Amino acid sequence: MVEVVLWASLRRFADDNAVVEIEANTVGGVLKGLVKRYPSLKSHIDRGVSVSVDGEIIVSGLNVPVLPTSEVVLMQRIKGG
Amino acid sequence: MALDDTGEKEFRVVGTRPVRPDGVDKVTGRAKFGADAFSSGMLYGAILRSPHPHARILSIDTSRALADPSVKAVVTRADFAEGLEGDDFDILENAMASERVFYDGHAVAAIAATSLLAAKDALTLIDVTYDLLPFVTDVDQAITPDAPAINEQAADESVPDGMHPNIVRFHENGHGDVDKGFADADLVIKKSFVTEAAHQGYIEPHACLAQLGPDGIGELWCCTQGHFAAARICAKLLDIDASQLRVTASEIGGGFGGKTTVFIEPVALALSRKSNRPVKIVMTRDEVFRATGPTSSASMDVTVGMRKDGRITAAQGEFRLQGGAFPGAPMEYTAMCAFAPYNLDNVKCVGLDILCNRPKQAAYRAPGSPMAAFAAESVIDELCNQLGLDPIDVRLKNAAKEGDKASFGPRFKRIGLVETLEAAKEHPHYKAPLNPNQGRGISCGFWFNHSGETSVSLALSNDGTVSLSVGTPDIGGSRASMCQMAAEELGIPYENVRTTIADTGSLGYNDIAHGSRVTYASGLATIKAVQDTIKKLCARAAAQWGIDEEAVYWEGGYARPSGSNAGDFEPMSLAEITANMGQTGGPISGHFEATPQGAGMSFATHIVDAEVDPETGSAKVTRYTVVQDAGKAIHPSYVEGQFQGGAVQGIGWALNEEYIYGDDGRLQNPGFLDYRIPVASDLPFIDTVIVEVPNPGHPYGVRGVGETSICPPLAAIANAVSNAAGVRMTHLPMSPPRLLKAIKEAKIG
Repeated sequence: MVEVVLWASLRRFADDNAVVEIEANTVGGVLKGLVKRYPSLKSHIDRGVSVSVDGEIIVSGLNVPVLPTSEVVLMQRIKGG
Repeated sequence: MALDDTGEKEFRVVGTRPVRPDGVDKVTGRAKFGADAFSSGMLYGAILRSPHPHARILSIDTSRALADPSVKAVVTRADFAEGLEGDDFDILENAMASERVFYDGHAVAAIAATSLLAAKDALTLIDVTYDLLPFVTDVDQAITPDAPAINEQAADESVPDGMHPNIVRFHENGHGDVDKGFADADLVIKKSFVTEAAHQGYIEPHACLAQLGPDGIGELWCCTQGHFAAARICAKLLDIDASQLRVTASEIGGGFGGKTTVFIEPVALALSRKSNRPVKIVMTRDEVFRATGPTSSASMDVTVGMRKDGRITAAQGEFRLQGGAFPGAPMEYTAMCAFAPYNLDNVKCVGLDILCNRPKQAAYRAPGSPMAAFAAESVIDELCNQLGLDPIDVRLKNAAKEGDKASFGPRFKRIGLVETLEAAKEHPHYKAPLNPNQGRGISCGFWFNHSGETSVSLALSNDGTVSLSVGTPDIGGSRASMCQMAAEELGIPYENVRTTIADTGSLGYNDIAHGSRVTYASGLATIKAVQDTIKKLCARAAAQWGIDEEAVYWEGGYARPSGSNAGDFEPMSLAEITANMGQTGGPISGHFEATPQGAGMSFATHIVDAEVDPETGSAKVTRYTVVQDAGKAIHPSYVEGQFQGGAVQGIGWALNEEYIYGDDGRLQNPGFLDYRIPVASDLPFIDTVIVEVPNPGHPYGVRGVGETSICPPLAAIANAVSNAAGVRMTHLPMSPPRLLKAIKEAKIG
């Protein structure tokens, strides 16, 4: 199980949980697991999110591995100018 | 200032300052920018734009225009794809209005004619009937109860029930208990701030030449930060296959985020498809201001609590950004960046994306972060003043370090904020005396940096020289830095490498040149492509020597046997291997295609001195020092240029630049005479200090540098001006009338 931290305004779509446990071993698995557990998160995730894994912000890396010990934080999708 | 603590990598080319490969072309006029594109038989396009800030389009009659023999095509929204959703729909709606116009300058129809004059004249022959609607252009007024709802369908699920319909996205981040943190503080200051919309101010207006046949096969030449993305988006908007549209990026006269999307490109393609002729469109400066994407304007409330020893106990902010008539104001980045430089136990940031009847905002260097720093760092400065604390010491006391939990969630990897603060504190600027009416301002700034999809191809010539193809337009000197990294890795001279920006038909997909990603991502891909090439070179040498490939290594531009057991062979140079490569297996090239992960985050600290004339309210920056972590500066002159450029754009944004809307909802200053960007005579020399705390995610330690440099200036300049004037400035730009009013009000008390 991986502990996933949600940004504050996302928590009301996940039963007000700040941290949720998901069975996954990749970033893609984390996102799928979140949507499966909390379908209301789907539209937010479909619009694009970033996932920080141990401090590394993953923007487009569904295959990036996550470990049970990883710090996983869901973030707004990072872009730039 | 090299703080490279890896102590392992000795560089030969990286870190030097070779001559830029595009320099001669640009100073002689040989470089081809967007407006230089030409095709025989081409037509000239012109776009009819709404004079109203908000109106329903009742009818568009193009019959009189079509009767003009010089007019070869007219397009309206009916000539574009249907059924688009989300961002694609918004981009199309912004490029060509459908049922309503949402801002002064919104495109309504377009004409292709045999000359530019004929095209512009023919615009007057298009008859549009409007039903005028109520409008709002101010971010705070847009969420008052009486404000008209601009687009009732725009809000997404993130917006809590009961909010104004012009609030279309909502974001909150943070951790801890801010109420408890404020209770623990010795001093709590809350202030409200406003920043106005500013334009990127790129010198080159948008320009393109499009050719699209009825078979859906096309070519597009344009000035853009992302030609692969332009191909993808235009294909959707025209309902054609992306691979059938080949896009070539021209030289670019500045972008700064404003050329990360499309405006005129799909219009030119639609006109070309309809006329079956090439069509060229070049925006006027008026159109650039009215109908491209400036940055958001912002209204912000920030509260910070501090103990007498300088420790910040809590920080809170609400950031309301308008991004025009479409969702997308970068309020989430404002909220995430505001307190990112600090290790806080209690922090809460809220962002609101608010619609106004203004053009759809576009990215502008670190979108959302500069205004965040302005609000947050101004309050920290005020706390330092009132508690009698040194502003750098306070920032050092609270500075985020590796392992600290960021206000936006994760724990930081290796970062260099402390190093920038220590370098700033030791800089002679920080200790220099000030004259009367002068003040000094400090600010930190933060940007995430980005990686993105990246493809690079490298081909060797028979003479041993190298042709490197990248897919990220050169917006800040990347051709030089790519040449340097390729030369470094191959062990050959810089001059032996030429870097080309390949078109979309010649290379795998590349994300836009944005997010300060190019030197990081294309650089990493270049190094990997060279390593791929080196494997092949070693294999050729091994075959000629009759030994195993594993027994050959590459060093200093030569394949070498790895030891006496491998055999006694003279090292074989790159040129020796390529000279007969056609006979030893064929052409040699290397590739790398991936989405790299590991763009290191970046911090900066700026020191600014400003002088205020209390009689006129005029403010001038008298000294400026940028200290920023570059990870590893590949070409230090370009890095310094990025630092200086960010500071200059920040000076403009802080002191002069402002979109001014009249009571009629129309932009009042769509030109460089009335929208004043800084010129050389406005500026002091901008000193730079390159701090190098290597990014572990890049082979050479590179962190992007293009955006972080614009994060601290608004705050650093505002702090300097406020300290000089003796009054806290909370509204940018600090134009003379605004500053004079603040000084007079402060005197009245």
